This record gives sequence, structure tokens and C-alpha cells, in this order.
Amino acid sequence: MAHFPKPAEGSWTEHHKIDKSPLSYADSITPEHYELERDAIFRRTWLNVGRVEQLPRKGSYFTKELDAARTSIVVVRGMDGEVRAFHNVCRHRGNKLVWNDYPREETSGICRQFTCKYHAWRYDLEGKLTFVQQEGEFFDLDKSDYGLVGVQAEVWEGFIFVNLDSENRTPLREYLGKYGKGIEGYPFDKLTQVHKYRAEIGSNWKLFIDAFAEFYHAPILHAGQYMPEEAQKIKKYGYEAIAYDIDGPHGMVSSWGGIAPPHDQKMVKPIERALRSGLFGPWDAPDIGLDEWPPAVNPARHPHWGMDSFVFFPNFMLLIWRPNWVLTYHYWPTSYNTHIFEGTAYFVPPKNAFQRLQQELAVVSFKEYGLQDGNTLEATQTMLESRTVTEFPLNDQEVLLRHLHNTANRYVRDHQREQSPAPAASATS
Amino acid sequence: MASTFPPDFAELEPFAGWALPTERERYAKRIASTMDELQAFYDAAFPRLESATPYLEQVELDGISDQDKHLLWLFCALVTVAFPVEAWSQPRVPDSGASSIDAVVEPAV
Repeated sequence: MAHFPKPAEGSWTEHHKIDKSPLSYADSITPEHYELERDAIFRRTWLNVGRVEQLPRKGSYFTKELDAARTSIVVVRGMDGEVRAFHNVCRHRGNKLVWNDYPREETSGICRQFTCKYHAWRYDLEGKLTFVQQEGEFFDLDKSDYGLVGVQAEVWEGFIFVNLDSENRTPLREYLGKYGKGIEGYPFDKLTQVHKYRAEIGSNWKLFIDAFAEFYHAPILHAGQYMPEEAQKIKKYGYEAIAYDIDGPHGMVSSWGGIAPPHDQKMVKPIERALRSGLFGPWDAPDIGLDEWPPAVNPARHPHWGMDSFVFFPNFMLLIWRPNWVLTYHYWPTSYNTHIFEGTAYFVPPKNAFQRLQQELAVVSFKEYGLQDGNTLEATQTMLESRTVTEFPLNDQEVLLRHLHNTANRYVRDHQREQSPAPAASATS
Repeated sequence: MASTFPPDFAELEPFAGWALPTERERYAKRIASTMDELQAFYDAAFPRLESATPYLEQVELDGISDQDKHLLWLFCALVTVAFPVEAWSQPRVPDSGASSIDAVVEPAV
């Protein structure tokens, strides 16, 4: 029973010209493949590492551990107001330049210059080496040859991205494509109330994107989150999105849901009724000065629209919810079967204690759902690694998963081809 | 001795231990509690949340008093305790094992 029309081809998968054969998860279960992904994907694509609000003043900085890209970076706002990024390494003997107490933990702060803890080499905020301890002891040292190693950094709608590929020629806006352009104008700068969550997940990074790029699982895995009668109804109904779209390596799903207030108060849990809020956010949307959504948001202009979920390749998801708040997900691989997940909610700052509680219910709901998802992933990872089953049928509501795995595999193949200019005698894949 | 909460909420004093400033502490207390303890807190606090909407709506966060801050934190704890009481029938999220999702950035109030 279709609740939302599908494209003329009969399915989203066929409409987007994506194959329908069972999917292999061979790309998610070996250290060897992950090593390929590190170079082919994480050292070559634009990665979102934060927001401009994290750099409020000249000299504000934060570090970001990019294990998948084999580096750590420091992102800083210079005296000229520009946001720059550098590899977080001192040019003298390779010490990590900016860290506190624990070398592997991220840090942030404000400073006028960076001073290495080891021998006090100093760099200004533009990366220039400005001071060398006992400079006369060195041999023909020209300080201008030893500035910090820069990383390409660009800002889109307040989101700071870096690209570790010094050869990269694709500007950020071009990389973000249709959705980047179509979301522009959304007032992210008004959503400055931040709740950020972090989790260590025992699965390949792509599996968690898979879990959040389909809602086919929601009526089943999350059934306990609904009132019993409602859970039965939702299970019978199943899940269909309003629309799926693909643009280059990226994808998006536009979803219904969270119609507020509910037609029948019995549909929601008592705490949701009392606070007029829930997973989809506070029922009363704050004014963010939008007369109309930007074109990429609720692209079908559907009256029952609830949220859009944009999957920016490789590891950044942006969720725009109808009641004017935003959630971002980041998946930072740490090995072939582990990654760090970050979920960050952005709201209009609450005016009073009641609004603060409405937002608390939204983020705590996200965490409860996330805990259900996260542990399921570890269960999936262990059985994929058993290799008992090697082919998995995916349905039309899982089209973004196919696109993600196809895209990631294509990046790996393209990279391998570039690395070996002469055609290999025997194909490795 | 000064009371933890505003005068109208004095009957919540036995549950002052729930007025914890961070989500991490509130969640830790939740999973360290028995269902009887969670239910007792919920039964006492939930009716007060329902009737307190107009009061909470006039509590501005700028310059919030200590008593109102404690009340806000107590109701934040009620939000996390509502999940075991209304949905899970156990303190932890079912099948969540040892996994955790930790708040690393939160509003000051």
C-alpha cells in the first residue's frame, strides 16, 4: 500500500539508476579495505570539522583528530578574521603542536600564537614560524621555510570544512553540489544553543550512516518508544519516505512525521504531552525569519513534511527539522570496525525554562534512539565479520545505503587506478 | 537552611538529589537507580511539571535564580527518567548493553 507516490520508473532505486542486486558488505569488514578508504576518501574529500561559532574571536582555535585521514589539525581564526587550518605538527621534530594533558584528545581555546611544548618554537596564527629557540645553533635555517603545513579550509553556511588533499582543485561549494546550494540561506547562525553527544561505536563507519539513512527500521527497532497502540499502528503502516534524491556522491531523504500537535493526545507519551515536544523537536516552532524554506528543504513542498536528512559524502549528515532546529551527525572512523559518532543539536536559544525543557526532551529522545541504534550496529558488525552470509537484499527505502557503499567503493577504485598508472595484470577486486 | 527549590515546589525537597547540573550526571543517576526509585521520583515530579507550565514559562534563563535553576535541573532529570517509566520498564535502554552516548557540550543552564 503506497502512501507516497514513487517515480514513474516504479522505484526510487531505478529512478536514480542504482542497481538492485544484493549488497555485499565486504567493504566494511577488513582492515585492508579500511586502509584504502583512508587514503581514497578521508584524505581526498571535504570534511566538516566544526562551525564558525566555535571560533568566536581572533585567535580562537580548536583541534580535530582526523585518525581516518592520518592526521590531527588545528583550526584557527587569524588576526584578519579568516579561518585557517594547519596540520597540528611542529616543524622542528614533529611534536604535536597543540594539545593539553592527553595528546590524543581534542582541545580548544584562544591564543595569540602557537608555542610548541617541546622546544618553544613559535608560530603566528597565519602559520608562519616566528621564533626558534637558540636559532644560532641551527645550520642555515631560514624560518620562512618552516611554517606550519597548511590544509585547505573553506566555510559553507557557517560549517567549516577541510580537505587534506593539497592537490584538490574542487572548491567546497562545488563539492557540496545541489544540496549545498539549495540549503543556502537557512539561518543556521540563529541556532546557537548547542547540545553535543559523542559515542564510541563498535562498527564500521558506513554501518551507522546506513542506520540513519533509512527509517525502514524505525517502526520495529524503536517500537518501544511509542505508546503501545500507536506502535502497533506504525508497525502495520511501515515506513515510506516522501522522496529520495541523489546528487553526485551525496544523497537525501525527505520524510514525513512529527505532526504537532498530534491529532490525538493519547498518541504520545505523557512527558511529550506535558512538554509539547519529542523526537521531532518542540511542537511550537520558534521564529527564525524564514518566509519560505530554501529550495532543497522539503523539496516536494509536502504538507506532511517532518524533516530532511542530507548525507554529505563521506561522513557528514545534516538533519533539518520542521520545527526550526537542526541536528548534525559525524562518523569518524578509528579502525575498520570502530568509529566515533558525534551528534550535535542546534536550537534557537530558549527564552525561558519551559522552552529549555522542550529542547532537553528532543535531545534526550535522540540519545535514547541512538543508544538503540548504536548497540545494534555492533551486533551487525560481528556477524558481517563472520562471513556466514555475504549478500544482502536491500529494499527501495534503503536506496541511500546502496548509494553510499557504491560511492565509497568507486572512490577506492578510482584511487587505486590513479596509484597504478599501468593497467594491473590481475585485478585485485 | 535555604530550600533547594522555589517555595511552591517545597514538596519536591526529598528529591533534591535529582537536581543535577549535567545530562551525564542525570543519566548516571538514572541507570544507578532501581525502578521503584525512578517511579517514586516520577510520581512526585510529573504532576508538578504538568501544573507548572505557566510558572516555567515566566522563568527567564538570563539571570535565573539558584532555586529556579535547581527546579529546571530536576525537571531535566524527570525528562530522562520518563523513558524508563513510560517506555522501557527498566532503567537502561533495552539491548543497549555497555554502550553509551555521552553529552560533551551542553548549555550552561
